[in-house]
Amino acid sequence: MTEIRIDHVSRWFRNVVAVNDVSMTIGPGVTGLLGPNGAGKSTLIALMSGFLAPSAGTVTLDGEPLWRNEQVYRRVGLVPEREALFDYLTGREFVVANAELHGLPDPGAAAERAIALIEMSDAQDREISTYSKGMRQRIKMASALVHDPPVLLLDEPFNGMDPRQRIHLMELIRTMGAEGRTVLFSSHILEEVEQVARQIEVVVAGRHAASGDFGAIRRLMTDRPNRFVLRTADDRKMASVLMADPSVRGARLRAEGGIELEASDFGRFSEVLPRLAREHGVRLHEVTPTDESLESVFSYLVSS
Amino acid sequence: MRLVSPTIVRLGVKSIFGRWRGVLLFVLPLVLVGLAVLARALVGQSEEGSQHTLYGLGLVVVVPLVALLATSGLLAPEIDDGSISYLLAKPVPRSTIVLSKLVVAVACVLAFASVPMLLAGLVLRTDDPSVAVGFALGSVLGGTAYCALFALLSVVTRHAVVVGLVYLLVWEGLLGGLLDGVRWLSITRWSAEVADRVAGLTLVAQLPLTYALAAGVVVIVGGTWLTGRRLRAFNLTGDE
Repeated sequence: MTEIRIDHVSRWFRNVVAVNDVSMTIGPGVTGLLGPNGAGKSTLIALMSGFLAPSAGTVTLDGEPLWRNEQVYRRVGLVPEREALFDYLTGREFVVANAELHGLPDPGAAAERAIALIEMSDAQDREISTYSKGMRQRIKMASALVHDPPVLLLDEPFNGMDPRQRIHLMELIRTMGAEGRTVLFSSHILEEVEQVARQIEVVVAGRHAASGDFGAIRRLMTDRPNRFVLRTADDRKMASVLMADPSVRGARLRAEGGIELEASDFGRFSEVLPRLAREHGVRLHEVTPTDESLESVFSYLVSS
Repeated sequence: MRLVSPTIVRLGVKSIFGRWRGVLLFVLPLVLVGLAVLARALVGQSEEGSQHTLYGLGLVVVVPLVALLATSGLLAPEIDDGSISYLLAKPVPRSTIVLSKLVVAVACVLAFASVPMLLAGLVLRTDDPSVAVGFALGSVLGGTAYCALFALLSVVTRHAVVVGLVYLLVWEGLLGGLLDGVRWLSITRWSAEVADRVAGLTLVAQLPLTYALAAGVVVIVGGTWLTGRRLRAFNLTGDE
């Protein structure tokens, strides 16, 4: 059983706080690290992979510190976010070199196994400089898996992948988790995370905003009050009709026309709105959600 | 654990000759040997002329530039684009990574600076081979010390090549020519002292050989150690 423990960790760069008093434990299975861009996901992964010292707090792998401890890499596979690879090598040469650096007894066989796992056998003898974004991502994955590590850290692994490659990588990550490995990947897309991760940790603006299985996170995100602006043929009538429904928490007529509406139960509201409009003969011209952006979802999580 | 990793050496050689820098490494010694052949053909054997070529062009220009090209080509681009993380995320002592990189850099200095110096010296002074041997040995000391220094620069600043060039031009070149005291802190002058002693010349006055050798070793060992230390606490952050 392998466990990464982050204990009251903060990290600042001069006077910018990137990670603010975060505590979390990453255990076996797949964990998704979810947050908007710039939330501190990459900083957290750098801390967990020993490439950054915490300014305060401790980061440990099974009780061992990760910072200044190169021996932990025997148990950790890292897939960095950055694209750069050794472009002058072929895919196979690159993975073999990684296997050699791990001191594996049979680097060639280990590389072959890892390359087969990520289905790159056909392109393994091409130079990396000719690879597409998705192929680069996969060869990075092979280099991280070549020593069969119990811990796998992936920074934005789905970036730049086409849908088919995405599905394949999701499948691979799920398998890794099911095998009992401790797998952590970061993403800024909720749908991506909830398809793969059992456990989700949400970070926003350097803070640990929420933690739980995807059902709990999904509920947190959809149960929040939703705001809309409606334009209808008869705003006053529509507003009074909607106010009578329990899914609506408040409605206000705007001076410039239209209704500002706050719904508490998004699912019910989206079903009730067209029905009520039809029953009362009010034509709906426009329904615009005003805070649907991911950032607003995240900021709601932080404030709750 | 081995001191030098054959894998990192192999990757290093490939990375140097896989980029345009590799071509420059061939150009510099060609210029040096070519000029030596030309000088010999036009002027004949001359003590002063051979010293101008071997010191002014060889030790002052070719040796430091070969060291700068080789060392910065090995470390700086990988640090810049983050691909060094594939070397660092391994259970390999950081000193092994630095030593392996330096083995490649020093091999480049030997092949593209010291051997051409020997050739150029032999061409210029067929009558006195000790001149060629002296300059070649001097270039080994100077080149190795420059490699260690530039390796340290590569892990300290993102502008290693620029800082290295400014250091060569201003400190070793301009100030070294104007102020006599700079000889105590000048890698080029230490290497010239080796040539002085072996070939019986006086390129640098009043600089004991033992000091020159000791200072060179201090830079080599110190630079290597500090580079490894710095690499051990290497901060790698994403694009955020």
